[in-house]
Amino acid sequence: MEDLNGRQDLRHTILTKASADPGKDRRPREETAMAASVELKKIVKAYGDLEVVHGVDLTIDPGEFVVFVGPSGCGKSTLLRMIAGLEPITGGELLIEGERMNEVPAAKRGIAMVFQSYALYPHMSVYQNLAFGLETARVPKAEIKQKVEKAAQILRIEPLLQRKPKQLSGGQRQRVAIGRAITREPRIFLFDEPLSNLDAELRVQMRVEIAKLHNDLGNTMIYVTHDQVEAMTMADKIVVLSAGNIEQAGAPLELYNKPANLFVAGFIGSPKMNFFKSSLEAADGRGAKLAVAGGSLALSRPVAAKAGDALTFGVRPEHIGIADGSGVPFAEVKVDLVENLGGQTLLYTTAPDGTGLTIVLEGQREIALGSAVIAHVDPAKCHVFDGEGRAV
Amino acid sequence: MTARSMETGVSATGRAVAKTGVWARIWQQDGPGYLFLLPWLIGFFGLTVGPMITSLYLSFTNFDLLTTPDWVGAANYTRMFTNDPKFAAAMRVTFFFVIFSVPLKLAFALAVAMLLNRGLKGLPLYRAVFYLPSLLGGSVAIAILWRQLFAGDGLVNQFLANFGIIGPSWISNPNYSLWTLIILSVWQFGSPMIIFLAGLRQIPQDMYEAASLDGASKWRQFWKITLPLLTPVVFFNAIVQTIDAFKSFTPAFVISGGTGQPINSTLFYTLYLYQEAFGFFRMGYASALAWFLLLMIAAFTAFSFLTSKYWVHYDD
Repeated sequence: MEDLNGRQDLRHTILTKASADPGKDRRPREETAMAASVELKKIVKAYGDLEVVHGVDLTIDPGEFVVFVGPSGCGKSTLLRMIAGLEPITGGELLIEGERMNEVPAAKRGIAMVFQSYALYPHMSVYQNLAFGLETARVPKAEIKQKVEKAAQILRIEPLLQRKPKQLSGGQRQRVAIGRAITREPRIFLFDEPLSNLDAELRVQMRVEIAKLHNDLGNTMIYVTHDQVEAMTMADKIVVLSAGNIEQAGAPLELYNKPANLFVAGFIGSPKMNFFKSSLEAADGRGAKLAVAGGSLALSRPVAAKAGDALTFGVRPEHIGIADGSGVPFAEVKVDLVENLGGQTLLYTTAPDGTGLTIVLEGQREIALGSAVIAHVDPAKCHVFDGEGRAV
Repeated sequence: MTARSMETGVSATGRAVAKTGVWARIWQQDGPGYLFLLPWLIGFFGLTVGPMITSLYLSFTNFDLLTTPDWVGAANYTRMFTNDPKFAAAMRVTFFFVIFSVPLKLAFALAVAMLLNRGLKGLPLYRAVFYLPSLLGGSVAIAILWRQLFAGDGLVNQFLANFGIIGPSWISNPNYSLWTLIILSVWQFGSPMIIFLAGLRQIPQDMYEAASLDGASKWRQFWKITLPLLTPVVFFNAIVQTIDAFKSFTPAFVISGGTGQPINSTLFYTLYLYQEAFGFFRMGYASALAWFLLLMIAAFTAFSFLTSKYWVHYDD
């Protein structure tokens, strides 16, 4: 449960840091005048005859940290670029603080964007990069200096101000790119996969820093990523996109615990949820009995389907146990591969019906390859989807 | 044979064998490579290095093609700077040409490259069409055509007559003749344009998007992003085009009929050099002129490289 633990760790880090420094306590979001609401109404994007975003509706509250997540080509970056004003909106309406923005130029929307490539001007020093937007807006030099120094202080890049981007490491460049956004004091921050060029360790570090920045500044932030761990750990609200549609939007744990459909169930969580072909044997208003993995499983909740309907049964690897008392017996499975990660052990097994089943066990386990184990599941943590992939 | 002579004989043979061995080894290792290089080596030493060294020697003589050259020391070089008004005129014309034609050509090439960089349909066709003058521009045929266009009764004046403007004879008027050649040079913008176009394609779109979010107008984006990021290409183009302009010969020769007239207004340095060499057969003096031109170009190039660190921005 790396994602969940990661999120808890992150929040813990932020709150610990905030309380350790009384001057920098989390600012209540209501006090932040800079935050703005964003509303997407039936937003459509088409390139000629090819429609890539199909009527997206979404409301983002002031100060909210929203993450757009989805596989490559799902339209998340396109959606972000439409909000930024870098792509024209083909149909629908974009409102910021209730004002229609479709025709408003990018520079006048009160937003700042951090690009995946950082997009730092290579011929300018860090100071000049941070000051560029303010100079363009003809802000007085003294004020520019003050704002640049403040941003540099927030991001701890004061010693780098006279350097050129090529003299910086990846993480430092990323900080400068964020600093450039901060100096503009935008109402909304947009991040387009900002951490994908960093190595794993730096990515975790920057993830924490961006989350901390959000807590310190309180601005509305919209963040695009294809990394669901980033989404789970940073977001107030995750928007899962697929093929130009919103599959589900909600709080990270809501998406984890109650995925609306097969796509979200498979996308959120790592390792991904196990799926089995199933059918409904019997159901009443209080419970249901499913035929699954060559056996049958009783659920103590109603399932909105008729007996005989073809269904998909889903259970997360971390919700399966192999010991008595870890749930009800589900199936006897054959162990194909064991991965010992130290804190967890991953078992890759095969169920009697030939379906692969991944199991995550806490701690270190000695399990022989080829051995048979009884997989147990907690019926309350199992998911059922109808023939169209909707959760039932 | 005494033991001593035998010893000497053996040792000499041994050295010969060793020597043959070294050459054989070199031949085995590198021989085929040098064999393939031979045509180029013959050309390089026979047609470039040899004539250059000869001309350097001749520049210190009074060689006239017919008699043996006599060593005159630095007399040719002294004459250039102290006793040759035509040299001064040629310098004036050449510098005027370089100073105006190169920036104008580069500016025009960059402007067209930026137009073509806007994702036009049929870009390869436009690129070829705009590049064509560069292929043709230096040719005698185009220079003759240019002479017809800008003559007193040429097409340009016929066109101007439609608006009631009586144009001068652009070529025979000393006020305009050099400008006609400058325009001809600018018209050959294709080569730097292609290089600018390649340079523009290298600038990441993200930079412009970041700048537009910062509220930078197109004009500011050009001055603050496009131009600085294009400076390596500008630098390259400026050097190549300046060297080309210093060496420019054919258009001036054809348009002025090889005279550099009117009133020496088209007397390019190379044209004057040609006149001295093949008009008056003062090969020694012409060689001195050629070497001075080489030194000027070398000095300009060295100066450009030395100053480049202040204005050329390399990404890495």
